[in-house]
Amino acid sequence: MSDLTVKRLTQRCGDIDPRDVSEYISTGGYKALVKALLTMKPQGVIDEVKASGLLGRGGAAFPTGLKMQMVHDTPGDVKYVVCNADEGEPGTFKDRYLMEGDPYQLVEGIILAGYAVGAQKGYIYIRGEYDRAIELMKNAVEQTRKIGYLGNNILKQHFNFDIEVRSGAGAYICGEEFALIESLEGKSGRPRYKPPYPPVSGLWDKPTLINNVETLANIPYIVSNGSKAFRSVGTDNSAGTKLICLSGNIANRGVFELPFGITLKDIIYDIGQGVPGERELKMIQIGGASGSCIPSDMLDVKLDFADMKKNGLSMGSGAIIAFDDSRCVIDIVKSLLKFFAHESCGKCTPCREGNPQLYNLIDDFSKGSATPSHYDVLQSLTQTMQQAALCGLGQSSPMPVVSTLLYFKDEYDMHINGRCPAGICSSTNGGEII
Amino acid sequence: MNTVTLTIDGQKVTVPENTSILDAAKKAGIDIPTLCYFPDQNIKGNCRVCVVEVEGSRTLAASCSTPVNEGMAVKTWSKNVMNARRTIVQLMLADHDEDCNECVKNGVCELQSLAQRLNIQHNPFKNILKPKPIDTSTPSLIRNPNKCVKCGRCVDMCQETQQVGILFDAYRGADSEIVSGLGKYLSDAGCILCGQCSTVCPVAAIYENDETDKVWQAIFDTSKRVIVQTAPAIRVSIAEEFDMLPGTVALGQLAAGLRRLGFDDVFDTDFAADLTIMEEGHELLDRLQHGGMLPMITSCSPGWINFIEQYYPDLLPHLSTCKSPQQMFGSIAKTYYAQKIGLKPEDIFVVSIMPCTAKKYESGRPEMNDSGVRDVDVALTTRELARMIRQAGIDFTALPEEPFDEPLGISTGAGAIFGATGGVMEAALRTVYEVVTGNTLPSLDFTDVRGLKGIKEASVDLDDVKVNVAVAHGIANAKKLLELIRNGAADYQFIEIMCCPGGCIGGGGQPYRTTNAIRQQRIKAIYEVDKAMPLRKSHENPAVQALYEEFLGRPLSEKSHHLLHTTYSNRQH
Ligand SMILES: Cc1cc2nc3c(=O)[nH]c(=O)nc-3n(C[C@H](O)[C@H](O)[C@H](O)COP(=O)(O)O)c2cc1C
Ligand code: SF4
Ligand code: SF4
Ligand code: SF4
Ligand code: SF4
Ligand code: FES
Repeated sequence: MSDLTVKRLTQRCGDIDPRDVSEYISTGGYKALVKALLTMKPQGVIDEVKASGLLGRGGAAFPTGLKMQMVHDTPGDVKYVVCNADEGEPGTFKDRYLMEGDPYQLVEGIILAGYAVGAQKGYIYIRGEYDRAIELMKNAVEQTRKIGYLGNNILKQHFNFDIEVRSGAGAYICGEEFALIESLEGKSGRPRYKPPYPPVSGLWDKPTLINNVETLANIPYIVSNGSKAFRSVGTDNSAGTKLICLSGNIANRGVFELPFGITLKDIIYDIGQGVPGERELKMIQIGGASGSCIPSDMLDVKLDFADMKKNGLSMGSGAIIAFDDSRCVIDIVKSLLKFFAHESCGKCTPCREGNPQLYNLIDDFSKGSATPSHYDVLQSLTQTMQQAALCGLGQSSPMPVVSTLLYFKDEYDMHINGRCPAGICSSTNGGEII
Repeated sequence: MNTVTLTIDGQKVTVPENTSILDAAKKAGIDIPTLCYFPDQNIKGNCRVCVVEVEGSRTLAASCSTPVNEGMAVKTWSKNVMNARRTIVQLMLADHDEDCNECVKNGVCELQSLAQRLNIQHNPFKNILKPKPIDTSTPSLIRNPNKCVKCGRCVDMCQETQQVGILFDAYRGADSEIVSGLGKYLSDAGCILCGQCSTVCPVAAIYENDETDKVWQAIFDTSKRVIVQTAPAIRVSIAEEFDMLPGTVALGQLAAGLRRLGFDDVFDTDFAADLTIMEEGHELLDRLQHGGMLPMITSCSPGWINFIEQYYPDLLPHLSTCKSPQQMFGSIAKTYYAQKIGLKPEDIFVVSIMPCTAKKYESGRPEMNDSGVRDVDVALTTRELARMIRQAGIDFTALPEEPFDEPLGISTGAGAIFGATGGVMEAALRTVYEVVTGNTLPSLDFTDVRGLKGIKEASVDLDDVKVNVAVAHGIANAKKLLELIRNGAADYQFIEIMCCPGGCIGGGGQPYRTTNAIRQQRIKAIYEVDKAMPLRKSHENPAVQALYEEFLGRPLSEKSHHLLHTTYSNRQH
């Protein structure tokens, strides 16, 4: 294991029996809950999370403390905490790792969040295929209830809170916060327009805190050790650690807990041990299926929300997929678009109709039938989707196209001229398309 | 009320908080194009045609679903906005069966006019439509999924206003579809054929089954006597089809237009409405006096009949057995009137002009052949009549006012108000009161039962018997009363239910894009018609009196029962 990795969120993963609540407690578990309920006001918890600088790990990097404050400040007796464990992003499996390795840590994070915002009920919405995670989370909730940390008057305080585990409906879009909420309400999972945002009107139109698994799993550490300790790892604007999933043409695949501030080069070559075999790295995609695709000469960018943003990148789910030089950029983009055309919920025009058209346009490149005028159409279509789609799916699905047009335009040009440099777009003719 | 000040295209605008950008722009005199937005409905925010730029925002905002903020700076037209709106409409067109020339909506289509307004002269996208079968399973409505733009207006109508709830979104991505029932045809999905969905559909994805050619054939067939009857609500809506303002009364022009089209007799369903009041009023008295099933509920709205037969069959005994005015007219035309002019029923062709798509279904019901043949041969909607008038080259706006023919064109104000919610109730009360008490009503206007309030109530004293009445329009409201009846909590003796919001003036066959504001105008107009009539009580209609003297005998006579009453069946799924 490279010494760049950190063991903080993942400190117990693999080392304790994830079923056994006593092992969790004997390794410092539920210390934060006791501390918060006996010595801190809800606002105190929120202040600590704010001071920690924790940013949401579900994709949008929204400040978690601020979100909590919004839910806390919205009037209402009934409030909810929802844990987004839908993890449908291809190449992403970090939430599963956390749920399977340390389920109680997530339960503790959810209870703390519930205490902070004034909620009575939490839901964990877990991707349907994650059988083991579902079972372990259900067990963790049950064991926690048994020891009295869920239920009424927790630790004899005026605080009632319980958690329900739900299994997801199986669509990628159900990870989008409002689609998830609709799905929890028993409707077909389709996003709502915003505003209002969930902190004001979420589940059953009540104020709702919805956070990613990794976000919530950070809260016990922050409450136990304080925001200062939390900030001891990471950078000024990106505090703490980040779970990164490495996959694709890379030697060392898997989930790694990394400090913010290291470079993408460190991640690919130190953690990931580079591209296997005689091949060269051609491209990495960072952030999931709708992440940017960047060339191997851009790896000095830091794992840091601000530095990535400055370079037009987004952390997304924390997935990094590596592609070696045997791969064709057009072909990769095409398969991503196929995924989005299939996963679009179909509610809004730019995404429902845009993704299949985007696919067709890219398909023209792989068939050698694209013309230079395709670039204009791609420009107006991708811009329309990014600016006018209803939710994040349609807004971000053109990213692979936009980023490869920026960094791999020459490969598009070659395809217009009938040549696929990797020889993928033609199985018969040594890289010649026609 | 708190207000918010923002700038739109450089103009300062002050509006109440929570106003949408769309409405605020309207106030500033800027018309932002929309598609999924429809007045009175929920905001959907799905078409994205209405996008605008909001300063400081990464994305464009859908103006229909974005509330204004203090200090917000909005640009409703820019390079980005133009690109997005155009691309969105091009995307829609590229997943659409674009045969405008053979399309019922040609010229009145919102997609077409959007494309025109955005000056779309070419489409860079390939057409990716996967053709699906067209649903022609009902006599009332055609559903053509190949024209659907998934705006969701029909779904909102069916789910929220009507609460029949058989239309919904299904499937994902480009496979998204609006389905009826579980992907079934309308005929077996529990549809009540109210056609409300068709009045809000912006394109030709749900529309009335056009039967104008059948009518032309009858008109051109010299061996047929072609009789037309026109429903109360048509006179206050047809003018809109010819670009006149909502609320315009076009009674005389309507008679003149029908005559120009070549109908042999131009009659009025209002006559049959008066007849309905005679029968229904006496039926109510009979039930009150002889312990019949109460509350009695009106039965003149065929969408409503379709609803109760399929969803509340246990309450069928509450329905009045009276046929609707359309069907009373048909059976009287083909018996009484046929005899008068010496023709056999089969030589007569009865066309009705109705505000309603369910009337098409009703006229084809097996119970509706009491003259020995089909009593009403074709029921056309307002929209189809307008199409015929345009086809024949008649300048409707220039038509003179002409009277209806006698005797079945003679009517009263009571017949006219059948077209508005509460009208049947008011007409019935005018007659029942005078029949029971023998006194003349001091005031004919029962204003408590008028207007667009969902459920209206009133009480009348009939010689020391207090009669409580209720009126509901739109199925969502009707359901509330039905639940009360089911739970034994309805202290009413008489209930009027109309399937469509606003009653027939808001029917599913009325001009496209009927909104509540337009409904108000039509209602206003219909009470003007009532006020202007020399006779305003059904029992004073001389033609109805003659019909009883010469033919039927008296209300609820055996002949009346045979020709003017019907039965219902449990059609629960
Ligand atoms: C198409 C789509 C899929 C998403 N999938 C997930 C997901 O699987 N897990 C997740 O935590 N957030 C997902 N999100 C982000 C959520 O909408 C939301 O921003 C997140 O749950 C907020 O949590 P955070 O503040 O902790 O980051 C998705 C967003 C979109 C647009
Ligand atoms: S962007 Fe795509 S996934 Fe999101 S609402 Fe629109 S169609 Fe659905
Ligand atoms: S629905 Fe509109 S755009 Fe479509 S074919 Fe008909 S008229 Fe043309
Ligand atoms: S006709 Fe009425 S019941 Fe049938 S689908 Fe349309 S709105 Fe629903
Ligand atoms: S059928 Fe018409 S109203 Fe319904 S979604 Fe399609 S286009 Fe919209
Ligand atoms: S009109 Fe605003 S999104 Fe459709």
